[in-house]
Amino acid sequence: MSETLRNFANTYLMWNEGPLIWGSDVLILLTIIGIVGVLTYFKKWRWLWDEWLTTVDHKRIGIMYLIAALLMLFRGGVDAELLRTQLAIPGNHFLDAAHYDQIFTTHGTIMILFMAMPFIFALFNIVVPLQIGARDVAFPYLNAVSFWLFFFGALLFNISFVFGGSPDAGWVSYPPLSELGFDPGPGENYYLLGIQISGIGSIATGINFLATILKMRAPGMSLMRMPLFTWSVLGACIMIIFAFPALTVALALLLLDRVAGTHFFTMLHGGNPAMFVNLFWIWGHPEVYIVVLPAFGVFSEVVATFARKRIFGYASMVSSLILISVISYFVWVHHFFTMGAGPDVNTFFAIASMAVGIPTGVKVFNWLFTMWRGRIRLSLPMMWTLAFIPTFAIGGATGVMLAVAPADYQYHNSYFLIAHFHQTLIGGVVFGMLAGMYYWWPKMFGFKLDERLGRWAFWFFNIGFYICFMPQYALGLMGMQRRMYVYPADMGWNTLNLVSTIGAYLMGIGFLFIVAQVVYSIRHGERDLTGDPWDGRTLEWSLPSPAPHYNFAVIPVVTDRDMWWILKREGREEELMPRPEEVKDIHMPKNSGVPFLMGVCFFVGGFGVVFNWWWLAVAGLAGVLLSLLSRSFQYEEEYSLPAEKVIETEISLGRL
Amino acid sequence: MSAGHKSLLLVVGAAAALFLSGCSPNYLVLNPAGPVGREEMHLIVLSTVLVLAVVIPVFVLLAFIVWRYRDRPGNPAAYRPEWSESRILEIVWWGIPIIIVGVLGFYTAKTTFALTEPPESSTQPLTIQVTSLNWKWLFQYPGQGVATVNYCEIPVGVPVQFELTADSPMNSFWVPQLGGQEYAMPGMAMRLWLQADKPGTYYGHGANFTGEGFAHMGFNVVAVSQKDFDQWVSKAKSTGQALTEAGYQQLKKPGVMGTATYSSYPPGLFHDTVWTNGGRYDPKMAGMGGTDGRAGMMPKGAASMPGTGAPK
Repeated sequence: MSETLRNFANTYLMWNEGPLIWGSDVLILLTIIGIVGVLTYFKKWRWLWDEWLTTVDHKRIGIMYLIAALLMLFRGGVDAELLRTQLAIPGNHFLDAAHYDQIFTTHGTIMILFMAMPFIFALFNIVVPLQIGARDVAFPYLNAVSFWLFFFGALLFNISFVFGGSPDAGWVSYPPLSELGFDPGPGENYYLLGIQISGIGSIATGINFLATILKMRAPGMSLMRMPLFTWSVLGACIMIIFAFPALTVALALLLLDRVAGTHFFTMLHGGNPAMFVNLFWIWGHPEVYIVVLPAFGVFSEVVATFARKRIFGYASMVSSLILISVISYFVWVHHFFTMGAGPDVNTFFAIASMAVGIPTGVKVFNWLFTMWRGRIRLSLPMMWTLAFIPTFAIGGATGVMLAVAPADYQYHNSYFLIAHFHQTLIGGVVFGMLAGMYYWWPKMFGFKLDERLGRWAFWFFNIGFYICFMPQYALGLMGMQRRMYVYPADMGWNTLNLVSTIGAYLMGIGFLFIVAQVVYSIRHGERDLTGDPWDGRTLEWSLPSPAPHYNFAVIPVVTDRDMWWILKREGREEELMPRPEEVKDIHMPKNSGVPFLMGVCFFVGGFGVVFNWWWLAVAGLAGVLLSLLSRSFQYEEEYSLPAEKVIETEISLGRL
Repeated sequence: MSAGHKSLLLVVGAAAALFLSGCSPNYLVLNPAGPVGREEMHLIVLSTVLVLAVVIPVFVLLAFIVWRYRDRPGNPAAYRPEWSESRILEIVWWGIPIIIVGVLGFYTAKTTFALTEPPESSTQPLTIQVTSLNWKWLFQYPGQGVATVNYCEIPVGVPVQFELTADSPMNSFWVPQLGGQEYAMPGMAMRLWLQADKPGTYYGHGANFTGEGFAHMGFNVVAVSQKDFDQWVSKAKSTGQALTEAGYQQLKKPGVMGTATYSSYPPGLFHDTVWTNGGRYDPKMAGMGGTDGRAGMMPKGAASMPGTGAPK
């Protein structure tokens, strides 16, 4: 009996790995006990279930995405600090190779798929319906399904840390390294299933917001009157719909290789690992534009608002968005120029990759000239936007340099590449999402985040960023490869690595300041009583903060781009206030616990497949089918909110 | 100081530091020791100059705009909240990047095709067959009949055709001072031309992650005169041990090791490795020989597409 127990503890709980795992177990256990204790003590279980776990309200789903994204930013950030600590000095013994490999794998996977993706989805959800004058997304129930699939996919991925072992084949997970022969542990299965489950949710989100933007805009809001953030979401959604299925196929086939003995990606028996590489990057390259386009959208909103000026070259901004999303499908081979595609293929993809820089450069100049002859206020969202411009200019420039195929033979897999993509993904996506978070935070929660703490966070993070990543360009040109857990001491890499690590710590301190800022502001943050704390330009700022759950008591009629700004300048704000005679009964979607339960079932099924416990996998899948069935027999998924109730709410908000 | 100003200073400082230290011999990529690396460095320099033509105006504009249009009382600068179109300006910043990409694209295409040829056509090239193992590099000299682990010797001024494969997860073969890298993949034979112009010991390393021992997959490429190279070969033949089939199976086992020199190796070992790892399923590898993989030789000459992967 004790033998069986010890076996279980060592195989699955990895207790033989020592204090690191024990400590994590204890921390996780304490956290769970803490959460359960607090919920029970304050009798909040009912509230949690009714208001959050079963909600189909896009604003709440957005907030849940945001919380998840920040948690994952923390986890991915801790991974990064561990990696940089190991690399601070050559031949360090802080981590061993196996742990280092696991940590860089989870760092990359989490940051892209479980941090950047939910962060953009948070803003999709919070902003898009309010910005286009809609009451919710096109498919609110599906929206909840998307969130819970993301949530349980991320949970499944993260649980690998304490149950069975983390994946260790890199976030790109190329076969044959990721095949059973070289990687027998369950970690790789966790990777495949965690991403797969949340990926289904991502595709659904893409469809949902495409339909929302195309079909649910307020009357009068033609495509060319749409705010640029909504345009960027439209672009991102089209890319999601085309790109994610490639990932789904790649992951599914690799999973079959691992659990069913197929040979899609082994040369042996006629498969081909290069096919995985192609499929992965057919998704992977559009993916980086999927996460950066919404950031571009945020910058466009923020620049116009905080320069108090119309966005410069709107038509150019829209066409560059569209061009980026189209060209991004013709650049994927630049991730493996050195894999032998031939000079003709390499030339095509090299020039296409450079070409994607053209519309991006145009956007930068349009942002700059939006500020020209404007009045620039340096609030937090604007500071992150201003910091983005030089960062992304360098990241974009090194991107064009990497696109030069023969030169890429020298950059590929070196720290030059690492510096480049961190500069674009942090400088673009993270700065953009933080700008968006600061900008729309009052709309979500009804109070502003503290400026003073936010400035500390800004400077620590920004200065840390340059100290961390500029040396890595140099290291790349010195010949340092990525993914080495130790490096030789005689290569001249030591100082720059130490500097880079210090930069990473400074960024970590910056993140802690953001945490402090949020905690402090919950109590002391400036309350937003007007609903329009930044003197905004678009429809969401005409609503109270936070917006009532039906958003608009009366759907507005849109007559202009920057509608709210123009009404304010002309003193016609009243036009967007509801009049009692116009308020009608509102049909709202009912809450449902099924999406949450479906997520649980996916989790259980995925867990079963990870360990090849087929009875559990079948049970989970049966649960998924049941939840799908139950939805088919649900005939009353809407309810009617009576006009009197709406009027009552509007009066209490001071709008009537 | 504004956000723009401070990060501008940082960036310029970092760029200057990078530029000044670029002369240091530690910057392997910027200190090429052969024609391939040199050509790649020329493109790196060209592309850097071209992108700076966009980056510098962005920095200057950003600093100027943020300084001039700050929202502070009594700012005399113009405020035109509705000014949002300018055909001429937009033509400028659509046009200039298009020209830059045109120029850079032209040179990229030219060099991409040029690097598929041997760096020098007057000298008879040397062929070295490279196998990435877990976690060491095996070098075989089909013309000389010797083999080494984790280092190789090459004659100065002779183009070397590296044929790359893996009997392990895919790796990438990189000797920064001689030129760019190429993947080593199981079941395939990829080609890479490199050449050293001056004698020296050049750092090389696997560049694509292959698992736990990956960090220890460094190797040296030792470039010596033709005379010294010939001497090294005969010394290896007379003093080294033979690499046997069993010895290779031992090498294949996951593990890290130092260098080794072998006086001979099983004939057709490289082809066998490609063949048994799946090359036999690949029509492009059909030219490699008979069913046992030992009968034929790799196609030479026109079929060789160094740096571009499988033979046609």
